[in-house]
Amino acid sequence: MSTANSHSHNSNLAHHFKSLDQQFDAAKLGVWLFLATEILMFGGLFVGYIIFHGLYPEMFAEGAKHLDWRLGATNTLVLLLSSFTMASGVQYAQTNQKKKCVTALVITFLCGCAFLLIKYFEYSHKIHDGLLPGKFFSNHEAEHANLAMYFSFYFCMTGLHASHVIAGMCLIAWVAVRASKGQFNSEFYTPVEGVGLFWHLVDLIWIYLFPLLYLVG
Amino acid sequence: MSLATVIASINTLFISVVSHAAGGSFMPPQGTKVAEKVDSLYRFLAGASVISCILVFASMCIFAYQYRRRPGVKSAYISHNTLAEFLWSFIPFCIFMVAFAWGWYVYHDLRTMPKNAFEVHVHGQKWNWTFEYKSGRKSAGELYVPVNTPVRMIMDSADVIHSFYIPAFRTKQDVVPGRYSNIWFDIEKPGNYQVFCAEYCGQGHSAMLAKIHALPKDKFDEWLQNDPYKGLTPVQVGEAVFKARCTACHNATAEKKVGPGLQGVFGHQVDLEGGDKVTADENYIRESILYPAAKIVKGFPNAMTPFLGQLGEQELSGVIEYIKSLQ
Amino acid sequence: MATAQVVSEKNYLNESKGLWSWLTTLDHKRIGLLYMVAVLTFFLLGGLFAMLLRVELFAPGKTIMDASQYNQVMTLHGTIMVFMVIIPGIPAFLGNFILPLHIGAKDVAFPRINLLSWYCLITGASIAFFSLFKNGVDTGWTFYTPYSIQTSNGTTFVVLGAFVMGFSSILTGLNFIVTIHTLRAPGMSFWRLPLFVWALYSTAVIQVLATPILAITLLLIAAERLLGIGIFDPKLGGDPVLFEHFFWFYSHPAVYIMILPAMGVVSELITAFSHKTIFGYKAIAMSSIGIAAVSFFVWGHHLFVAGQSEVAGIVFSFITMLVGVPTAIKTFNWIATLYKGSIQFQSPMLFALGFLFLFTIGGVTGIILATIGVDVHFHDTYFVVAHFHYVMVGGTLMAIMGGIYYWFPKIFGRMYNEFWARVTFVLIFVGFNVTFYPQFVLGSMGMPRRYYDYLPEYTSLNRISSVGAWTIGTGFLIALFVIIHGLLKGKKAEMNPWGAKTLEWTTSSPPPHENFINEPIVTAGPYEYR
Repeated sequence: MSTANSHSHNSNLAHHFKSLDQQFDAAKLGVWLFLATEILMFGGLFVGYIIFHGLYPEMFAEGAKHLDWRLGATNTLVLLLSSFTMASGVQYAQTNQKKKCVTALVITFLCGCAFLLIKYFEYSHKIHDGLLPGKFFSNHEAEHANLAMYFSFYFCMTGLHASHVIAGMCLIAWVAVRASKGQFNSEFYTPVEGVGLFWHLVDLIWIYLFPLLYLVG
Repeated sequence: MSLATVIASINTLFISVVSHAAGGSFMPPQGTKVAEKVDSLYRFLAGASVISCILVFASMCIFAYQYRRRPGVKSAYISHNTLAEFLWSFIPFCIFMVAFAWGWYVYHDLRTMPKNAFEVHVHGQKWNWTFEYKSGRKSAGELYVPVNTPVRMIMDSADVIHSFYIPAFRTKQDVVPGRYSNIWFDIEKPGNYQVFCAEYCGQGHSAMLAKIHALPKDKFDEWLQNDPYKGLTPVQVGEAVFKARCTACHNATAEKKVGPGLQGVFGHQVDLEGGDKVTADENYIRESILYPAAKIVKGFPNAMTPFLGQLGEQELSGVIEYIKSLQ
Repeated sequence: MATAQVVSEKNYLNESKGLWSWLTTLDHKRIGLLYMVAVLTFFLLGGLFAMLLRVELFAPGKTIMDASQYNQVMTLHGTIMVFMVIIPGIPAFLGNFILPLHIGAKDVAFPRINLLSWYCLITGASIAFFSLFKNGVDTGWTFYTPYSIQTSNGTTFVVLGAFVMGFSSILTGLNFIVTIHTLRAPGMSFWRLPLFVWALYSTAVIQVLATPILAITLLLIAAERLLGIGIFDPKLGGDPVLFEHFFWFYSHPAVYIMILPAMGVVSELITAFSHKTIFGYKAIAMSSIGIAAVSFFVWGHHLFVAGQSEVAGIVFSFITMLVGVPTAIKTFNWIATLYKGSIQFQSPMLFALGFLFLFTIGGVTGIILATIGVDVHFHDTYFVVAHFHYVMVGGTLMAIMGGIYYWFPKIFGRMYNEFWARVTFVLIFVGFNVTFYPQFVLGSMGMPRRYYDYLPEYTSLNRISSVGAWTIGTGFLIALFVIIHGLLKGKKAEMNPWGAKTLEWTTSSPPPHENFINEPIVTAGPYEYR
């Protein structure tokens, strides 16, 4: 550790890289590979969804009726907006516009909060109606004998997604603080770029979840 | 030198064992025509394997000995040889394709269910096999079938995945809860054949055995019409059921197995999980057989599968009388 | 203290001191050693359980434990050996140490993530071992549903532990791919990479692309147990065979995570001790990539008798046959490398030749099992147990041992005792064949795997197998002493004791903190023995 910066003229350059470009390429490749693993992980759930949708289409139709597509659509818009502000945040970091960058990141963070708030209302409504996964399911008006499985999918998929939203918000908060300290500039903006890519993925997964859970049926 | 001889002698030993195996002599006696087909395919595979192993080991040993380091002798510089590399990938490929096609042909025989077969329902549950015939006759742990008749088994499981495996017929099929699976065979000679459970299913997995008794057609028809418990006392009926269905987990002595040993239980106090006590009377034992999760004996897992619907009233009361008799 | 040290005496082992400096190190070499300590500890544990299993199986009926204890020991042996020993064994330990040296880099691309991945392994293993306080776990390492949903509470901890250990594997793979792409020394083109690096690259691709599927599958098992979501539970409308598909979609590629790096190590050993350039470099490199690619499409051969359709069985049998082709190329090219070489038989080479011997048997029996008509008989019998031990132990563990002895002077700057190292080889090699060859025979006779008790006719072969297992155990114990003795008392090693040509032998033993004093410039391939 003590020798970490001894060879470099830039404090952002780790000792084992030769140039900032090389470091940036490495980080970007790493983030893309990580995103691939995320897609594959959600892929498992999507495959399960497709198989059981084929087996029990009526169950999915009935389950989708219990969801409010307006709330889902609002959340989709919120995330789309946040993706836009995230992208502009990255661009402001690249062009040395510190203030605008921080503002964009804060708006992105607030969009994440809004998303979670709406999700909270949706969840508490489901919990109130006993529309819970698996053995906690206690809704007596369910027509399909297996409706509990729909809500298993609903909570597993949206729950895993929500945990990614929370992780993304922590990362955004971290880069926002660093940006406000002026640590990013046109030469070094790797963390903003990486967090941005992650946030776009979180958005992208929701764009698949929304029609599959709320609209298909 | 010494190393090469050691390796060479290991080779010889190995090869003799492999060729023994290649003769098929380790496989259990063949019970069906399909088993003969499987064995001739296996002989081909084992033979090809032995030849390729000999090729690899022999060239390895010869090169290792021939080109051991000697002072003043440098290694040659050979980067590659496209023709050789093509050959030693293409020739194995051809052998693999023969194995694949032949395997496909045999598998097709194994998996094509015969029409107009004699059908038996098989129920797997932790940890025994029961068989149900269309005549209404049931048997546990012993499957009776006619020889020279295609038999199809329609199998289901009450709890976890099991696998119905008859080595002598070279066939097995997983028995998955929630669906039926099928297996068939056409036995050539009367005799007894071993059945194993081949998919891990818990404590009694290795005790989940059954025997197939292949009978000549007339004897089988006679067996099918028989009342298995004719002339037996209730205790004898119970003993027969107990030996077939219960011994995977319970001893008829006081020694515990997966579940409690049953000697001396009847009429005595039993300590339950949670601190309650209960006296073991007929109703307690009946409940413990049909709904085992209702009361768990202290110090034992809740591992027993419910026998509700599995036993006839005569068998159930027989088992209770038998447990009463274990004093 | 600091002033008394001569600068050139500084290396990665002595540049800072204390346990804390090790637990917070970002040096890939030290992280490699952290992995070594963890993996060897787990290996001793897993090996101990294997010995207990073989004692129990020495005679039919109860020998030393009852059925439920046996099932727990069997599960622990499998889980430890797969998730904690063989998967991290070569990539995370030897790979971590050697990969940057092989490509002339100062470190891996993400040193912090590298350290994090070690902590993931340790955390995951701790969570998994916590299950021992929750009635243990008796599912086998495959966690088949619905059994794993119904059995003891410890199962939840083991699947969550394996989930966390999965991240260790993903992060290591990700780190390696990025390192190989971005940190090669000047002149180190892809066609000049040592074959060990090619093997690690193919492994990393599998780690990154397959492990996430395991992660979600294990999460779903945990959800199944905690929430009863019903996706894999037939009682709730789910499908246990779907679980088998999910599980093997990871776990079949995972066996190539275990064997590909071993093939890489063996390529290095054979060329170094034949003192001759590798035969067919490109074919060996590309066959690693080929195996990695095909490995994603063969998982169905684990479901030949599980109830998938006949067509699916045949297709998977065909694709499985294809894996045999690149494997055959590798084997024949290694043999061809011996031809006209100048071969020395130090212990690493003995392990490499032992690998060739055992792996060939493992490979041809793999073809037998891929032949679907015969597999129906052999599936889930001891034939399968023997086959995968020939590949995983006879292949991977032989390569790990050879690799440890080969790189020992580089890692520790000392030599081990050659005589006792050869003794370990003989014990392990002979013991291995005595243990597992009889299991092929037991499998042909029809003895199913995971059996606590067996029919009397299987007794004598099981006895032979048990005796062999104890011989292997003795061999590994001696190997442990050889390592510790070399570490403490071994004589100082030169920079390049084997006369090998790859880059790690051009720096001092042990290497300095940043691996090379001056950045190496590569002008030729890795095996230029002219």
